[in-house]
Amino acid sequence: MRVLTLLLISGALLSAQNVTVIQNGIIHTVTKGTFQGSVVIRDGKITDVGEKVMTPPGAKIVDATGKHVMPGIIDAHTHIALDSINEMSLSVTSMVDMEDVVAPEQPSIYRALAGGVTTANTMHGSANSIGGQNVVFKMRWGQNADGLIFKQAPPSLKMALGENVKRSGNPSGFQMPGVGQQNLRYPGTRMGVEDVIREAYTRARAYQQEWKDYEARKARGETALPPRRDLQIEPLVEVLEGKRRVHAHCYRADEILMLMRVFDDFGIKNVTWQHVLEGYKVAKEMAARGDGASTFSDWWAYKVEAGAAIPYKAAIMQAKGVNVSINSDDAGGAELMRRLNTEAAKIMKYGGVSEDQALAMITINPARQLGIDKFVGSIEAGKDADIVIYDKNPLSIYSKVEKVFIDGKPYFDRDNDMTERPKKEAQKKGLLDKEKDSEKRNAPQMRRPS
Amino acid sequence: MKLVFALALALPVLAGQNDSFLIRNATVHPVSGPKLDNASVLVIDGKIAEVGAKIATKAKVRAIDGKGLHIFPGLIDSGSPIGLVEIASVRESSDTGEIGEFNPQIRALIAVNPESDHIPVTRANGITSVMVVPGSTGGRGGGSGSIISGQASLIHLNGWTWEQMEIRRGGALQMTWPAISSGGGRFGGGGDPDSMPAAMAARRTPFSEAKRNQEAQVRKIQELFESARRYQQAKTASEPGFKPDLKLEAMIPVLEGKLPIMVFAAREREIREAVQWAEKEKVKIVLAGVRRPGKMTEELAKKNIPVILSSPFTPPLEEDDPYDEPYSLPGALHKAGVKFAFASFGTQFARNLPYEASQGVPFGLPYDAALRALTLSAAEIWGIADQYGSIQPGKTADLIVTDGDPLEIQTQVKMMFIKGEAVDLETKHTGLYKKYLARP
Repeated sequence: MRVLTLLLISGALLSAQNVTVIQNGIIHTVTKGTFQGSVVIRDGKITDVGEKVMTPPGAKIVDATGKHVMPGIIDAHTHIALDSINEMSLSVTSMVDMEDVVAPEQPSIYRALAGGVTTANTMHGSANSIGGQNVVFKMRWGQNADGLIFKQAPPSLKMALGENVKRSGNPSGFQMPGVGQQNLRYPGTRMGVEDVIREAYTRARAYQQEWKDYEARKARGETALPPRRDLQIEPLVEVLEGKRRVHAHCYRADEILMLMRVFDDFGIKNVTWQHVLEGYKVAKEMAARGDGASTFSDWWAYKVEAGAAIPYKAAIMQAKGVNVSINSDDAGGAELMRRLNTEAAKIMKYGGVSEDQALAMITINPARQLGIDKFVGSIEAGKDADIVIYDKNPLSIYSKVEKVFIDGKPYFDRDNDMTERPKKEAQKKGLLDKEKDSEKRNAPQMRRPS
Repeated sequence: MKLVFALALALPVLAGQNDSFLIRNATVHPVSGPKLDNASVLVIDGKIAEVGAKIATKAKVRAIDGKGLHIFPGLIDSGSPIGLVEIASVRESSDTGEIGEFNPQIRALIAVNPESDHIPVTRANGITSVMVVPGSTGGRGGGSGSIISGQASLIHLNGWTWEQMEIRRGGALQMTWPAISSGGGRFGGGGDPDSMPAAMAARRTPFSEAKRNQEAQVRKIQELFESARRYQQAKTASEPGFKPDLKLEAMIPVLEGKLPIMVFAAREREIREAVQWAEKEKVKIVLAGVRRPGKMTEELAKKNIPVILSSPFTPPLEEDDPYDEPYSLPGALHKAGVKFAFASFGTQFARNLPYEASQGVPFGLPYDAALRALTLSAAEIWGIADQYGSIQPGKTADLIVTDGDPLEIQTQVKMMFIKGEAVDLETKHTGLYKKYLARP
């Protein structure tokens, strides 16, 4: 017995080296209320959260007295840290995968971190009716592309409707430099967009059937040739089989309803409607399908299809039973991404959602849309220790992020950032001077006239 | 209560019944002085008549109970194409960015569409007046090569016609100081030339050539001012053969120091050149779009050159800049003693003007300075502080009544008065909200 106790104690002491306790903060768990308390993190996971917790001896203490502690922010729609965003040549590009173009050295990752974002869905662009495969990653700044990826996140596919898609089929629309009118691409109307999508999923069904027939013949012991693999269609079969989620970029109520009916016909569920600026007009239909909506807070009037976008849309959709998240759609700059907390506050202003509902729109709700809510999105025992500490209530414009943890590791610390600045300035100056020197040395030498 | 009722009954016999009222029991934030708890504001004929804890008035005016509410001066957007741009991506709906490098004669005011959906939407967050700019602020606004884009005009966000909206038709001359632009570069704010598409990389201009182009543009500015001065002399002297020229005519108020020039200059080099040029030409300038004043910061303070800041909701200027670079700039300017105001320079996010100012607060800008930048400082910079920017007797009654700090996102603007008239706070957005929330 005594030995066992000793073993237990030494075990606790050993593991306490991997324990961090965020102490005495205002804890916004998002799913289990807000209270003054502490969070215990062991080996990258939250093991305890409450008003009173056991602090193992030797644990690293982070004093959060007077600070606000919330789960890491999740952005369900970004295009950051990618080498390219749109494969524009076809209107069905389900074969391309954003995982192949993750650019882990882009400063947008660090900026997003500094704004409390720990996880992002990074997607193909909206140029095509059916775009590429998306990738979910954590802002593990400093790691390589593989190290960023959120391995447990289910796969997903980008789709898009409306102006961005039909633009390439519009003779007076936006053209990529060097692309002339001879390269006009079908579809050029919303009707054509529906057709392209129906054609693609019809092909996917036929392809699925071909494989089923082949497997059946093989099972019966018949000799059969396997169908030729089609990498463009395979992701669509995964969508039909519920193994791959769809994120559908959309604006107007008519096109949202159209695609809902296409999805009904093909049995496609669990869709997240992206942007969905007029989603508030068809919130009832969206809720009936059990879909989610990921939208902007107050963007509007930047194009014709955004003319009836209202900042109250998130609150309306939520009231009608839709799971709503607020996203940034950021690409290189990661500008909006780093203030999703105050974007959520706008939904309190426009439509009067509660503090918890507003915070849910940037944490647990997007986690559900991305299928990662078992791991992240709230401060609960068993979840990844992705945690942000703010100096004030994160729903106030007067707040700022002080510390960010991902998997229990500190990835951002404002104090460190500030103290490192002069050092980095000096480093940069050193590099620039070196470059100037080498330019001088390598400058072509004036030849003496011979 | 009985008193309020009696006052309400007395309403029909009042003279300026639409623009006279008394708000009582509110917290008044005059900006020009400390806040007053449980205070009243009396407005008579569209002007602020009295402010204080006890107001002894014989005037029989409508009384408004301000219990739990706060009164602030209306907020001023120091640069926006509101009324000129409806949907940024549609050229047909945009009137910014006239063709040509120099258009001092064109006036933003006359193209303001009083029916623009952006006007009520922007107003709903407490903005009562705007410096309307004629130059492009992005989107399909055109005019990318413009140097003098025209005359910006100060307007109220209320009125049946642009004439009724006018505060000052010649508010400022909008000008962009030419920058040396070689079309990008690793640390130049553009892309990495190695990763640029070949066609774009080929369009990059070598620095020496970009510098020559910039110098040529500066010379054009100098030539315009020389012509304008000769024109002014010829006109004053009534020289024989003098012919009117609308472009040069429009420059006279600038030369006389009556019309300030709003000069867009982001970085230290352009700022220095613009300041030196203005001193030489003896013209009054207000800098705009300042991002990296560097060593010029102290000089701007010393020389009393004010600055209009654009939205801080933008990525850091360069990729290796501190992450909070746009957020900490207002605090740094304040510390150095530079006077500044804020502008949205856009329509879509014009309603977020109050948060442009408060975003700087957690990064070093004192709250009072943030509020002042949106009110009294803006009015002082544009020379209308005798009438606007604070709650003081004698000033125009541009007021907002809120349930809290208007710079905090969750705060609601409950009432707005422009020239003492109550303004409707309903918008296209509130209309659609009510309609679709009620959808069965």
